[in-house]
Amino acid sequence: MRIELEKRAKISTLFSILSPFIAFLLMIVFGGIMFALLGKNPVTALYSFFVEPLSEVWSLHELAIKAAPLILIAVGLSVCFRSNNWNIGAEGQFIMGAIAGSILPVVFYDWQSPLVLPLMMLMGMLGGALFAAIPAFLKAHMNTNEILTSLMLVYVAQLFLDWLVRGPWRNPGGMNFPETRTFAANAILPEMIASGRTHWGFAFAIIAAILVWFMMRYTLKGFEISVLGQSERAGRFAGFSSRRMIWFSMLLSGALAGLAGISEVSGAIQQLRPVISPGYGFTAIIVAFLGRLNPLGIIAAGLVLALTYLGGEAAQLSLGVSDKVTRVFQGLLLFFVLSCDTLIHYRIRLVWYRFTASDLDGSR
Amino acid sequence: MKKLLLALASTAAVIGFASAAAAQEKAKVCFVYVGSKTDGGWTQAHDIGRLELEKALGDKIETQFLESVPEGPDAERAIERLARSGCGLIFTTSFGFMDATIKIAQKFPDVKFEHATGYKTAPNVATYNSRFYEGRYIQGVIAAKMSEKGVAGYIASFPIPEVVMGINSFVIGARSINPDFKIKVVWANTWFDPGKEADAAKALVDQGVDILTQHTDTTAPMQVAAERGIKAFGQASDMIAAGPKTQLTAIVDTWGAYYIKRTQAFLDGKWETTSSWDGLKDGILTMAPYTNMPDDVKKLAEDTEAKIKSGELKPFTGPLKKQDGSEWLAAGASSDDGTLLGMNFYVEGVDDQLPK
Repeated sequence: MRIELEKRAKISTLFSILSPFIAFLLMIVFGGIMFALLGKNPVTALYSFFVEPLSEVWSLHELAIKAAPLILIAVGLSVCFRSNNWNIGAEGQFIMGAIAGSILPVVFYDWQSPLVLPLMMLMGMLGGALFAAIPAFLKAHMNTNEILTSLMLVYVAQLFLDWLVRGPWRNPGGMNFPETRTFAANAILPEMIASGRTHWGFAFAIIAAILVWFMMRYTLKGFEISVLGQSERAGRFAGFSSRRMIWFSMLLSGALAGLAGISEVSGAIQQLRPVISPGYGFTAIIVAFLGRLNPLGIIAAGLVLALTYLGGEAAQLSLGVSDKVTRVFQGLLLFFVLSCDTLIHYRIRLVWYRFTASDLDGSR
Repeated sequence: MKKLLLALASTAAVIGFASAAAAQEKAKVCFVYVGSKTDGGWTQAHDIGRLELEKALGDKIETQFLESVPEGPDAERAIERLARSGCGLIFTTSFGFMDATIKIAQKFPDVKFEHATGYKTAPNVATYNSRFYEGRYIQGVIAAKMSEKGVAGYIASFPIPEVVMGINSFVIGARSINPDFKIKVVWANTWFDPGKEADAAKALVDQGVDILTQHTDTTAPMQVAAERGIKAFGQASDMIAAGPKTQLTAIVDTWGAYYIKRTQAFLDGKWETTSSWDGLKDGILTMAPYTNMPDDVKKLAEDTEAKIKSGELKPFTGPLKKQDGSEWLAAGASSDDGTLLGMNFYVEGVDDQLPK
């Protein structure tokens, strides 16, 4: 017996839309089973994981803070992925954006001006975009695999940040500890609403999502992205350049990841440290796919993934289960999204056949 | 029969109610851990302290913890969550939680905070630390006696004062026995990474050291030492299981006594902010049994420990020179705590450049 995946002639639009919801449901079911096996009541466990964090105002703010970088990065990645450019290095672009944006508050900390904050954001975008330009250049002109180069550059960025905060940018008043000076008040991204900590990074994320959604849906550029992503040859016939698309998509996603980086540093951390991201750049890949590579879907998906982080903490406190539960849920979710998608595109066929003489003489 | 059942049921209800009420009145003491509570090192030592606290005061308090909390904005949220969930006293057990602890403490003036190894306090934030360097001095003494080559390897985490202090204390201890003793340092730039720590250990052994010591949290270096047939020291927890024939001793963090003392003060309403820096004599660190060494070395180690406990011996006492040969402490002079807590230079005998 063999199991074969057979391409479906027609892909159901209905199920393409439903697939993330089915995946979410499956995650809940299997998560519940997991909690039951751990000896916890699955209903209360799931309640404390997915509902409790939504029941308080402060915790909603935390959700927005956590979702902002995920959404911002994933929106950029969606453009890349749609155009068949596999930027896996958003984590590095996030870090380089944070570093570039921090030049003003760390090196020129004396300069007090209302211009500081907007300039920081711009420099953050520039930093992320320039760092993404490296794999873009290598792919466009050297035909290098961008998955490898962008991923490897993540480690370069991490180590560069590490070197900066331990060396030249170390806080002179910080007892030799690896961190930069804390940003002055004019370099801190203000809170949006008085009731909690949500900073303007969340607004950036929503605005970026809407703009990119508009671009994808109503502009020629959006059409170009989809066409080149689906078939480079068809795109060439239409006069689109896949090389220019590499540059466009990588720079755009780099800039958005960089903006996410400087927003996170300026809004939430308020200084540079050796580690500024718990892996946002990688989690954002899950967010992008869960959101169907659609910017509006990504907003929802970003909030869901942010919820798994908060829920993991809540479950630790109220149930005493390990924090690894967060990772398990994120893994389940990605697994089910991908398997649902596979089953939408392919059908499983069990192939039974008897051995015949031709099998044995190898002509088959 | 019916009456009996009714009586039983009502008794059960009363008991149930009473115990529920008692549970309500229990104070909550909470912990934030940077690693996993089964890391075999730093965090595990804190968790053992928490369990001791539960054992000692379990009738008056309950404990909760969050583990593997990354330093940075996530820490802030984790601490806020604990403060909101009704914790009265919160221990944040990593240096990197310092600013987050201070920020949340401002928001929750009625909650008491205790931050491990930091230097910022507030009316409701105390700090606590342990004089680990006292244990390192004893290790240095043992190393000088046990090493044939007179060179030890030191796997260090980050070039912060805490770690530099430990390296210096080890060298000073070793040079009190063998004035030519040297140590080589490898910076692993991590607290917890078995792979990197093992690589660092191998590199040091390849460079010819015959004693290993570490300021990182896993048992990987101990295992490398065991494979290569040299001796090593454990860190934070007793690591004898990882090297039954390898471990000479270990610095064991025994936070339990401190946690019980401070929680008791909290329950009595006598909690006040402090910057506590206790040592061997207070029981906040203890030495694991001295093993795998001849009796005379063991005797010397025990004597050194006793002298440190009695205050007769202070590790940072002159004459001491800095690495560049310049005078640091004159004969008989002891370093003040401020210099130690901001230590950013090596003493003589360290074969390494301090990362700048």
